[in-house]
Amino acid sequence: MTVKAENKKKTVKTIKINVDKCNGCRACEVICSAFHAMPKYSSINPARSRIRVIRDPLKDVYVPVYAGEYAVAECAGRDKYTIDGKEYEECAFCRASCPSRAEFKEPDSGLPLKCDMCEGEDEPLCVKWCMVDALTFEQREEVVDEGLEKAELEIGLESLIDKFGLQQIMETVARMSKKE
Amino acid sequence: MRYAETGYNLEIDLTTGNIERVATDPKDTELYLGGLGTNAKILWDRVPPEVEPFSPDNLLIFGAGLLCGTPATGCNRTIVTTISPQTQLMAYSMMGGFLAPELKYAGYDKVVLRGKSPNLVYIWVNNDKVEIRDASHLKGKGAIETGEIIKKELKEPKAQVAAIGMAGENRVFFASIEQSRSSASRGGIGAVMGDKGVKALVVRGTKDLNIARPAEYMELCDEVMKYIQFRNENPIPGVMPILAGLGSPQEMAIDDEKWHTENFMWGNSRVRRKDFWTEEIHHNWTETMNAARTRLISCYNCPMTCGATISLPGLPTYMMKCFSKLTYTMAAFSDLEFGLRIAQRATEYGLDGFSTPQVMAFGLELLENGILTEDDFPGMPTDNEGRFYWLLDRIVRREGIGDILANGTYWAAQQIGNGAEAYAHNNIKKHEQLPLKLSMLNPIYFLMYCTGEKINITQIEGQFPQAPFMTMEEREAFVKDWIQAPDDRFKQIFLDWEPRGEKSMPFYPTVQMCCDIVDWQERMHYIDDALGVCAGLSSFPLKPPYHIHNYPKFISAGAGIDMDEDKLSLAAKRYRTLVRANNIRRGLRRKDEKPPEDHWKKRFPELEKELLDTYYKFKGWNEQGIPTKESLHELGLDFVSEDFLKRGILSENEEASTTETQAEKA
Repeated sequence: MTVKAENKKKTVKTIKINVDKCNGCRACEVICSAFHAMPKYSSINPARSRIRVIRDPLKDVYVPVYAGEYAVAECAGRDKYTIDGKEYEECAFCRASCPSRAEFKEPDSGLPLKCDMCEGEDEPLCVKWCMVDALTFEQREEVVDEGLEKAELEIGLESLIDKFGLQQIMETVARMSKKE
Repeated sequence: MRYAETGYNLEIDLTTGNIERVATDPKDTELYLGGLGTNAKILWDRVPPEVEPFSPDNLLIFGAGLLCGTPATGCNRTIVTTISPQTQLMAYSMMGGFLAPELKYAGYDKVVLRGKSPNLVYIWVNNDKVEIRDASHLKGKGAIETGEIIKKELKEPKAQVAAIGMAGENRVFFASIEQSRSSASRGGIGAVMGDKGVKALVVRGTKDLNIARPAEYMELCDEVMKYIQFRNENPIPGVMPILAGLGSPQEMAIDDEKWHTENFMWGNSRVRRKDFWTEEIHHNWTETMNAARTRLISCYNCPMTCGATISLPGLPTYMMKCFSKLTYTMAAFSDLEFGLRIAQRATEYGLDGFSTPQVMAFGLELLENGILTEDDFPGMPTDNEGRFYWLLDRIVRREGIGDILANGTYWAAQQIGNGAEAYAHNNIKKHEQLPLKLSMLNPIYFLMYCTGEKINITQIEGQFPQAPFMTMEEREAFVKDWIQAPDDRFKQIFLDWEPRGEKSMPFYPTVQMCCDIVDWQERMHYIDDALGVCAGLSSFPLKPPYHIHNYPKFISAGAGIDMDEDKLSLAAKRYRTLVRANNIRRGLRRKDEKPPEDHWKKRFPELEKELLDTYYKFKGWNEQGIPTKESLHELGLDFVSEDFLKRGILSENEEASTTETQAEKA
């Protein structure tokens, strides 16, 4: 079975984080909270920032983390990683705004925060303000094989059909489309 | 709405446990800016000269600089003000780190402590919720250790902690207040905190701080960042590496210590070791530093990495900055490994890294010279390094000889007598100075040493090159982009300044030029100390990103206070004079304003007299160094002259009075 492949390009934005270069100054938090204030730059409050430096200076732990998706529930387990002899909580690398911690929530409302890469700016401002180059911005074009995506969808559907039977899948899809 | 500042101080009476959030007068911000300026005003209003340093009526003020917490790079200083037990004058020691911005986000510009707590406590400021909490379990704990314990018990890893160690608890006259990677060390302010029964100030803030004209302010911040980048890429040619760049001297990053080890004095500021630095030592010390230094680190919102995390085998990790790297090493005639190790213990004890090594070397010098005897040091180990550890432990516990040494070299010498005074030779205003002994008088430094009221040369000097450049080409290149100079006069002085001949030290720059240069240097430090900007990005290095031409714009756009260069200079002069007024009221006079007798070998008494006479006049002070009624009036400080008249410090015809004052009696 083949679907005709149709190649499309999309821009992928990446912030590379070099924890070894982080000096723990939190300039990224300062500028992020300023940029997202209303009106822009009118107030500063690192507790509203969408980037956080997870820091434990005496253990030499400095991890800048960006706010990602909102998670309704916290993880079942919390693992610990040892890297170069330093122990990190799993949460130190996690981007989620989740019930287990205070990170990435508006201090007043508790609503989740999410990094938007400073839409409208040439580069995210935290990167611009990170003068020790712990944060660097990368943009690259990636070729997305749309055909492949379709094939993946079919593979997925097939496995669902195998499991639940074609009839049930069709009924479910019909019911769901009606709702929308 | 208030901008850049919150408009509220936290007033805490430790005797009664009363806590109040008090609105401040915006007029005071206009007149005294913030930080040091408003601290000095509060001290003037509420701490008359009759109040002893360890009286419950003495205040301990933690003031955040006016622009702290805004996006201005390197603006993070907490200015701690009180009456010093060592100098008996107004102390205003400062620290960077993370406390001042956190305090602003919690909704306060200052924490003002008065009274005395009957038990050891710590203060927990969590936005609007403020508590005085029991700290009996923290008694005797290290300053850094205390911070870790408190953050854990409060479950607040993001709280910022300023704490004292055992030295502060036991009122050692050179005890510091330690705060993560920074400390407010000078003047014994940690002793006042200990006397008040406060182990730590703990702050967490999650509120907004407002900017008056955001777009304009961000443009200024951007310019400063670009200039920092430019300066990092373009170090100043023709000066030694520690003066070529920005930041406080990059002691944690630079391994070549030839200049410090061969030009600063060893022991009790006595011995110069001109051929100390060898290839072998360079190699060994570099290895020591590489093994100990885990990371270069910064204060809040600053790229300058002046500090480092230091981890030595078998010792808890701590954070170090600047010249404390070498002070213990050189006082003990030891090596870098020893210096880094004993500094760990001294940091936990909460001690000033400048005074402490000198006090210990002073004690041992008295022993070597028979003024103290072996009986005064019972049980002291015989090895050199061991003796320093032993003394350190005695001092912070105030045990035996440690109880006397804990008062610093000046007071210890008075107590010991028997000629000990001659060994307390490196003090200004009863306070230990950098271990520097030089050959010929430098008129600019003479004035700074004499009249500086932070009593610490690194917090007075800066801006103007320390020595003339050899060739005219070099000088022209230097002044070409010297945008920081207040006006072209300074450029001309520098162009004409020769290493030798008619236009050289000590008679050139002329007396009047020296006054101008010192006034400029001092003014920039005073502005920094009110705004909370680190001297390392402003008043200390050559060609800094902050200067007299852009500061007024920062204040206007940030705090919404209409400001220009003249108005800013006048404000700085106003609170600078108020600092002096506080000290004059406590007995400071011309006789106290002198460098250590042996600071320079070659002195010029007539020139020195002329320098001081002219500078006093230039500052609006009479020949005793007392601000005149007229100059006080020009600054809107009539309340000061009224007080001076009442106390007989000034008389109606403005002749200096000889009335004996508190500090003289002490």
